[in-house]
Amino acid sequence: MQLLKRVHQFGSTKHRFASDIGSTNRQKMNLFQAINNALDIELGANPKALLFGEDVKFGGVFRCSQGLNEKYGTDRVFNTPLCEQGIGAFGIGLASVGYTAIAEIQFGDYIFPAFDQIVNEAAKFRYRSGNQFNCGSLTIRSTWGAVGHGALYHSQSPEAYFAHTPGLKVVVPRDPIQAKGLLLASIRDKNPVIFFEPKALYRNAEDEVPLDDYELELSKAEVVQQGKHITLIGYGTSIRVLREASKMAEKDGVSCEIIDLQTIYPYDGQTLVDSVKKTGRCIITHEAPQTCGMGAELSAFIQEKCFLHLEAPIRRVTGYDTPFPLVHEPIYLPDKFKIYEAIKESVNY
Amino acid sequence: MIFRISRSCFSSISVKLPSFKVHHLELQQLPKTATTTSSELLAYYKSMQLQRRMEIACDNLYKQRLIRGFLHLADGQESIYEGLHAGLTYDDCVITAYRDHCIALLRGDTPHQIIAEMMAKQTGSTKGKGGSMHYYKKATNFYGGHGIVGAQIPLGTGLAFAQKYLKKPNVTLIMFGDGAANQGQLYEAANMAQLWHLPAIYFIENNLFGMGTSIDRASANTKFYTRGDVIPGIQIDGNNVFQVRETLKFAKKHCLEKGPIFIEAMTYRYHGHSMSDPGVTYRTREEVQQQRKTRDCINYVKNIILENKVADEHQLEEIDNSTQNEIDIAVEQAKVDPVPPSTELTTDVYVDNENHFIRGILYKDSVLPKSQ
Repeated sequence: MQLLKRVHQFGSTKHRFASDIGSTNRQKMNLFQAINNALDIELGANPKALLFGEDVKFGGVFRCSQGLNEKYGTDRVFNTPLCEQGIGAFGIGLASVGYTAIAEIQFGDYIFPAFDQIVNEAAKFRYRSGNQFNCGSLTIRSTWGAVGHGALYHSQSPEAYFAHTPGLKVVVPRDPIQAKGLLLASIRDKNPVIFFEPKALYRNAEDEVPLDDYELELSKAEVVQQGKHITLIGYGTSIRVLREASKMAEKDGVSCEIIDLQTIYPYDGQTLVDSVKKTGRCIITHEAPQTCGMGAELSAFIQEKCFLHLEAPIRRVTGYDTPFPLVHEPIYLPDKFKIYEAIKESVNY
Repeated sequence: MIFRISRSCFSSISVKLPSFKVHHLELQQLPKTATTTSSELLAYYKSMQLQRRMEIACDNLYKQRLIRGFLHLADGQESIYEGLHAGLTYDDCVITAYRDHCIALLRGDTPHQIIAEMMAKQTGSTKGKGGSMHYYKKATNFYGGHGIVGAQIPLGTGLAFAQKYLKKPNVTLIMFGDGAANQGQLYEAANMAQLWHLPAIYFIENNLFGMGTSIDRASANTKFYTRGDVIPGIQIDGNNVFQVRETLKFAKKHCLEKGPIFIEAMTYRYHGHSMSDPGVTYRTREEVQQQRKTRDCINYVKNIILENKVADEHQLEEIDNSTQNEIDIAVEQAKVDPVPPSTELTTDVYVDNENHFIRGILYKDSVLPKSQ
């Protein structure tokens, strides 16, 4: 305990898993409070950190930046006009002169005006300047995923578009403790990171979050539930759905191993491979449409590494190949029933 | 509001218009008065009341969770929509953002269709697949209804190009808000419009706030009517239905002769940005109440009606009741309508859906092309 306390005095502690954090200095927080806490810590520790975006000043539409403008002032926590391309590009510029730019895009569905800047400017900056310049201290935070009634433009999961771009990192947390650690790691990672926050969990997910400054390793997947018969891979809100489906499968005597990918790109292939070699079966789930989603990439990778260990084809349980619908959302989403059905088919193959 | 009314013996009423602010235009080109008649006044009153009551009904339905998702109400801004309806024709194209229920109403949808659409019912304007932000009507050249801020602006410029190319005596009204005025795509589109002299009216509904950010905190230049740079611009009182109407008539003439124009209509929304926004964290309740008392667009028309003895309080109350009744009937009908069937999830993705493979979650749920 004495040793741990001393480590904390010297700044952030880095951990592989949230369970490694021994801290007893915790507080019950939901996801937006954990994000708020992470931002507070970074703004406090790093005088060159800036937080900006649409409506960020009054606390943000999801309360993630609550109180931060009052604490750190308008030259560090400020509103931008309604211009995503401007926000993204402005962030790249700030990062390239050494500021820690934390740019907020209010909904992931609106990130596309900034797509060119992110893909062509941010991702390739270090490469094309021969490492003379970089925008590594840029982090783009955006909201992500279905929320029950978001329809076409408040529910999208755009991670696959960015995972297809070398030079970027993409991260999606599943819970408040992960969110705080992964966000701090993302901000401090010396590469541009896109951090997607599952908006459905802002209020619903609660946990006893350590109040210290801690980071969780990027590009490390976490086995959140050990199992023998089948590997279930997901991220963000999907982890809850996988837990529900695995409870249903348990009644049939099927033991499921659940892995949270956490960093979508570059992903931790080793953890996935170790698991599938053990179980021989795999299901990947995400809300985004099926074709060319992360499920496609992970399936290709896993079958390449584990071909002779597979007992059944790798299954993807995902959203349909349609725009995110309005009232048909419950049909569209990969829910626990669809995953349970896939588990059954895989086990009985 | 100061207005002078005079009644001629042909029972037409003359209304003095508020002053204009102009950019690259001469003030004398613009009218100082507008004429109206008793029946027209009552028609405006009734139509704006219908819009207002429809929006309030949607507010109630949202609170009852019968409308879900994101709902952006336009109560307080009815005169803009009434004015555009009066100043333009159904052959002129209209395109706007997500505060579009009233335009849908004025472009031919019934209150029942509009409310059903928000409740995601099959009988809605867009088959229940679009929701509050996505109303369209091909027959009356209403091109929607867009969720992404500013995306409709270059799209509308394309419509204007088509009109010019096809030598139509028509214009495109491209509507957006003060927040969207900072989107780069506006300037890309306006540049093209001016370069090629397109009949595009860039119409800014300035309700002083972009979500929760006031115009001074978002825009370096808050004179939105000048933001077109070399493109002429006019600033008007959007809460005055006559000024909106006359300005659009003038704008149409201008566009067909010369090219694009910027119009900034000053207005105010009583609700917050959407139903998730209480609307009082960035402005005071007193300010909202003050706007309701002194600048309400329906009260403006009501006062003209009463001053000119076109109708009395009792008759106006009857109109209020009949519009309320109309909305209530529409709501009750929409409540019992069915939602679109689950097969609609995979229709309209492509024009020839039958020839496409739409991947289901399980392969066996996929929509297979007809040929297979």
